[in-house]
Amino acid sequence: MHDKLVQQRLAALFAAGALLLNFPLLALWDRDATVFGLPLFPLALFVLWALLIGLAAWILESSEP
Amino acid sequence: MLSVPLVVGASFAYLALLVAVAAFGDARARQRRSVIGNAGVYALSMAVYCTAWTYYGSVGRAAGSGVWFLPIYLGPTLAMLLAWSVLRKMIRIAKAYRITSIADFIASRYGKSPLLAGTVTLITVVGIVPYIALQLKAVASGYALMTTPLGTPLAAPQAWWHDSTFYFALALAGFTVLFGARHLDHSEKHEGMVAAMAFESIVKLVAFIAVGAYVCWGLFDGPTDLFARARAVPELNALLHLTQRAGQKFAYEQWFALGLLAMLSVIFLPRQFQMMVVENVEERHLRRAAWLFPLYLLLINLFVLPIALGGLLHFGRGGMDTDSFVLSLPLSQGQGALALLVFIGGLSAATGMVIVEATAVSTMVCNDLVMPMLLRTRRFGSRAGGDLSRLLLGIRASAILAILLLGYAYFAIAGEAYALVSIGLISFAAVAQFAPAMLAGLYWKGGTRNAAFTGLLLGFALWAYTLMLPSVAKSGWLPADYLNNGPWGIALLKPEQLLGLTGLDNLTHALFWSLLANVGAFVAVSLWRPPSAREASQALLFVDVFQNPAAGPVFWRGRAQVRELLPLAGRLLGAARAQQLFGDYARQRGVAGIAQIPPDAQLVHFVETQLAGAIGSASARVMVAAAVEEEALGLDDVMRILDEASQVRAANEKLQSLDRLKDDFMSSVTHELRTPLTSIRALSELMEDDPDMPPAQRTQFLHIITGETERLGRLVNQVLDLAKIEAGHAQWSISDVNLRALLEHALQTTAEMFRERGAVAVLDAPAAVPSLALDADRMTQVLLNLLSNAAKFLPAEGGRVDLRLCGRPTGLRIEIEDNGSGIAADQQALIFERFRQGGDSSNRPQGTGLGLPISRQIVEHFGGTLSVRSAPGQGACFTVDLPWQAPTTTTGEPR
Repeated sequence: MHDKLVQQRLAALFAAGALLLNFPLLALWDRDATVFGLPLFPLALFVLWALLIGLAAWILESSEP
Repeated sequence: MLSVPLVVGASFAYLALLVAVAAFGDARARQRRSVIGNAGVYALSMAVYCTAWTYYGSVGRAAGSGVWFLPIYLGPTLAMLLAWSVLRKMIRIAKAYRITSIADFIASRYGKSPLLAGTVTLITVVGIVPYIALQLKAVASGYALMTTPLGTPLAAPQAWWHDSTFYFALALAGFTVLFGARHLDHSEKHEGMVAAMAFESIVKLVAFIAVGAYVCWGLFDGPTDLFARARAVPELNALLHLTQRAGQKFAYEQWFALGLLAMLSVIFLPRQFQMMVVENVEERHLRRAAWLFPLYLLLINLFVLPIALGGLLHFGRGGMDTDSFVLSLPLSQGQGALALLVFIGGLSAATGMVIVEATAVSTMVCNDLVMPMLLRTRRFGSRAGGDLSRLLLGIRASAILAILLLGYAYFAIAGEAYALVSIGLISFAAVAQFAPAMLAGLYWKGGTRNAAFTGLLLGFALWAYTLMLPSVAKSGWLPADYLNNGPWGIALLKPEQLLGLTGLDNLTHALFWSLLANVGAFVAVSLWRPPSAREASQALLFVDVFQNPAAGPVFWRGRAQVRELLPLAGRLLGAARAQQLFGDYARQRGVAGIAQIPPDAQLVHFVETQLAGAIGSASARVMVAAAVEEEALGLDDVMRILDEASQVRAANEKLQSLDRLKDDFMSSVTHELRTPLTSIRALSELMEDDPDMPPAQRTQFLHIITGETERLGRLVNQVLDLAKIEAGHAQWSISDVNLRALLEHALQTTAEMFRERGAVAVLDAPAAVPSLALDADRMTQVLLNLLSNAAKFLPAEGGRVDLRLCGRPTGLRIEIEDNGSGIAADQQALIFERFRQGGDSSNRPQGTGLGLPISRQIVEHFGGTLSVRSAPGQGACFTVDLPWQAPTTTTGEPR
């Protein structure tokens, strides 16, 4: 894949990550609820984090020449 | 509690193991079987980011304010998303110009300025001291906790000569010298150190996950149980939310500031720069490390919140120092082995950080602070002799010791007053000051040395005033009065509410003011004056590093002598190494020996780059400048050199493409020659083998042979013809030509051919047309070629060719239209290329495939165009447009 496209995808992912992990989108998760017995807010933070890493891995690894 | 000999013994055994791993890494590097040459080890070595702060401090932070420990790791994750763009550029630059530290990078970018290198180094030393202190404090309190019965107060701080932390600092200095300053590497690579750090990263991760798992499943009935119990306590439930007290607003600016700070620190902390940029083995490793490293951060943070909550549930708030839950929880359950493993993990995190940080900073202190001063003195100056490489190692070892002692001093002064995390953040804010000069330097060519200097200085001054000094004052070593009322009672100058700015926590406040001043000054001073020649040339080398080929332009002019440069390199790199480098360089340049190396700009650039690896680019510049005679370059000189370089590159590319064209042409020609030759040879052999061949068949064979020979002759003539025209060696005899007469003549010549195929050719031309200045023979050649082409594709019956001549405002137009099979759209451009005949290979008519290319060349020589429009089955129409006035190319010059 073209390297420019990889860089653009990563930049977009960066922007998405910066928005998701800051005010106000972050505050949307701040509820008194649990998922499978785990508190929603910390869980959401870790899941978002894992998602970012997973997407970055997919973008970078699938572009290997 | 555990016995002192056990803890001390285990600690030293672990450090010895680290040294063994490093020795193994170094040995393998010497055998050229590197153990660090893969993305996994590279990612693990980046994890030196996780220090004792992560290990103890994160839990303390989580116990105090919940998820607020996370921005410090989310920021780096975001930063690594940009690593493939930004970090890769830094790696490429550092490799190309042998840059070995962040001070070197900034100084080199802004014209190899020793002033800038020294400034960056000073900021680093001052900024990093609290961070070293943090590690010492973490290990010291961990050790105290391990060796005192749980619950009894820890021993009061002792005078420094009785303090075990002081001796620990000394021991660490010794280990760091072993790792980082044992031998001088020409590119500051420490394979053994990287291997040890990767190992260390595994140890701390395993230990931390072990204690996390123990808390979750050993102390509680799984994470669900732990969280359920925590949610039952309102105070603990608050930790699972953004805000801890009802009605309190979420301090999103602080959240953002922490993330930004961590994002910058993960690249600009000296140890991160060392591991990510300097120790990088191959650029492509970054591709995998860019997501493996964030994954590591996620894993090591997974159990922070459970441990913090578990500790609070177990001990209650205020029962135990929250920073040391990872140790006190297993200790309270009598899990001595687990506690020891965790302590080793924490020790590992602290020593790893100190070793790499001190190595990186000592390189900077040596290259950018001490060397420039020594080089000014008569004894070590550039004209003096003597091997300096041992001296360099000595300076580095002393620098490492000094840095650790400074760290200890800060620990002794301010260490007690602060939590671990707060100390670390002070250092983060200091290195964030490098970001504007670094990042702008990568992408913007307008930045200047003075701008970078002013920005750094202002940012650093504000950092010191708003963050560093208050931290010392709060520990009681400075009068706290100026904090509360401002110096001399001026409220506007209060360090933590500068100009009356309130509503921000002290870190965000300091970061805002220092970065604002830094960026503002950098931009303003940059725009004040255009960059000097040296700044501009370095800017070009840095910003366009991906465009420059391996050997970029060399911005240097003057006279150099090999016999001056060789000893200079020998002094700094060692004589044997210098001989070897110069020998390699001579071979690379294709000259017989060192003495024959041309003393030009390339040589100077080569020597300077090699020296830069050993003593930094700024010092290398000073030394080389003293050893050679050089001329000052102006800005227009720089532009001219760049221009020449790009012209040479463009010319090279053109040559290469011409070369390829020639190869294609040769292979086509030989192919075309072989076909008739094969059939001539086959037929001749048949006749030779069979003397009794019937005369009729013999005559038929001979007829084919003659035909093929004619075709060969035609082909050779056309190849020569085309070559002549293309090279501009063709002879042109220009005269006034009446095109109508020419067309009539061409029709007469081909009349027989059309009659044979049962076709008619019709001319439609005005009675009188103005004549054009043309070569009549060449023009006839074009017409005959087009007419015979048309004839070849005519249908077997009812074939018709129309010749039209008409005048147009710009010139005369000839159209030759047939009602033949036509040309497919994708073929229309190809038929004008050499040896590309229209149609399938099955029904391709006889021809050389050169007729149309030659015709086009001839028409274009007269300033005209030859084009075709056609649809399959609808016939084809070739159009020749000739201008009234041919351009002045009729002398036969190359086009």
